[in-house]
Amino acid sequence: MSATLPERTLKMVILQIQEFFALAARSLIRVFSPPFYYREFATQFEKIGFDSLFIISLTGLFTGMVMALQALIQLKPFAATSSVGSMVAVTMIKELGPVLASLMVAGRVGSAITAEIGTMMVTEQVDAMRVEGTDIIKRLVTPRLKAAVLAMPMLAIVTDAVSLVGGYLIAATYNINPLMYYKSLPRFMVFQDLVEGVVKPAVFGFIIAMISCYVGFSTKGGAEGVGTSAKRAVVLSSVLILVTDFFITKIFIAFR
Amino acid sequence: MDTHAYGRSSSLLREATRVETDKSIRMNKVSYSVGGRQIIRDFDMTLEKGISRTILGVSGVGKTTILKLLLGLLKPDSGKIFLNGQPIAGLRESELTRLRRNIAIVFQGGALFDSMTVGENVGYRLFEEGVLAESAIENIVLEKLSFVGLEKSINLYPAELSGGMKKRVAIARALAADPEYIFFDEPTTGLDPIGVYNIRNLMLKLEEEGKTTLMVTHDLHTAFAVSQQFSFLHDTRLIFDGSREELKTSNLPAIREFFNPSEQSLFSGE
Repeated sequence: MSATLPERTLKMVILQIQEFFALAARSLIRVFSPPFYYREFATQFEKIGFDSLFIISLTGLFTGMVMALQALIQLKPFAATSSVGSMVAVTMIKELGPVLASLMVAGRVGSAITAEIGTMMVTEQVDAMRVEGTDIIKRLVTPRLKAAVLAMPMLAIVTDAVSLVGGYLIAATYNINPLMYYKSLPRFMVFQDLVEGVVKPAVFGFIIAMISCYVGFSTKGGAEGVGTSAKRAVVLSSVLILVTDFFITKIFIAFR
Repeated sequence: MDTHAYGRSSSLLREATRVETDKSIRMNKVSYSVGGRQIIRDFDMTLEKGISRTILGVSGVGKTTILKLLLGLLKPDSGKIFLNGQPIAGLRESELTRLRRNIAIVFQGGALFDSMTVGENVGYRLFEEGVLAESAIENIVLEKLSFVGLEKSINLYPAELSGGMKKRVAIARALAADPEYIFFDEPTTGLDPIGVYNIRNLMLKLEEEGKTTLMVTHDLHTAFAVSQQFSFLHDTRLIFDGSREELKTSNLPAIREFFNPSEQSLFSGE
């Protein structure tokens, strides 16, 4: 008896999940064995890290400003505007900094990684690399994985820092002096929150790199296929970032 | 003596002897399908060293698939593939890499690496292996580029090359590791007559230097100029395996149609 459409779809989804985890496992194993492709890693770190600084700084600045604005409106009736810095800090460092920075990078860099690998697939460059004796996971995936996992926490920290500056720009309009703002920053935070603010973007970097590479390798169908893959990678990465954020938050709360 | 054991050890000895002396590339009853669509069925082929072969057939019949199956880039549904006498089924990628050392392929579009210069493309395998000094690799790269007449293009990127130049750089890259076998996937497709002439002459030069070529193509002039043996693929099956003269005099309808497309096929949309 032939399988129905839902059965075939379910089988396909399970197969894709299996292939994704197999690619992730092979990539992680290869992180620790030579050749390390230092030049490729440096190129990817520049593309993922340095080249994203402007967009994540912009994201941090305006998010911090909006956070401060919203917080001040809520705090003013209670004469508690001095707490605006701590509210911006705890929200940005634990949640919005990592998540927004990662979503920006997923859209900007993730799509580029998928398009690059997808183009290599449809033009047979990946086949050519295999025939020339290259381990394509080690050459194409592992440098991007290492770069993303290392760069994302740094980008999140930059986003947080710029957002705090943005928050102050708004707080200053409510006559909150800079020293009061600065001293209020750690008021609602514990050390674990800083750890959370670094672990989350590292995990999100892993997701962005692996999803982008996996979808790139699955590309078929010429230029249109590359475009479809790039779109799919951004959507998948973004959804996974949001879902994973929930579970990581739950874990950190459980250990608080 | 257990005759069954004798029979087994005798056949193993014959197999071992065959493996030691067998340097050919073989496909034995290979079938392959994608998404329920049969691409090739029970395909047999032997590529002997020194005897170049062309695989002919209409577009989309599975010729490129055969090249990729031979290189282990695709896994067959059934049948056996032998490289240098060794079956490749179940081999890990690292083991396949060792066997592929003796084979190179020139892909249809060249498949040059966009982010690398012509020189880096040609020397790619040698740089990856890391055995030779950089100066030695550069000498080999210049030698191979001179062979294809593109030594002045060493610092250009693929985007700056014409279609014919890309194919010639791809040939130079294929030659860098000095393989015995070279596969060509539609080597003259998309080229102007001068480009076709240049590629054909390069392939003839390669044969003079002792390389064995396996080509898939529609270009009958190049095929007849370069190859001695021919396979014809039609409707998933091998329908012809023989010499140039046998192919030219074959009465099989699919082959006659291929050589002389008729009005009927023109208007029936084939």
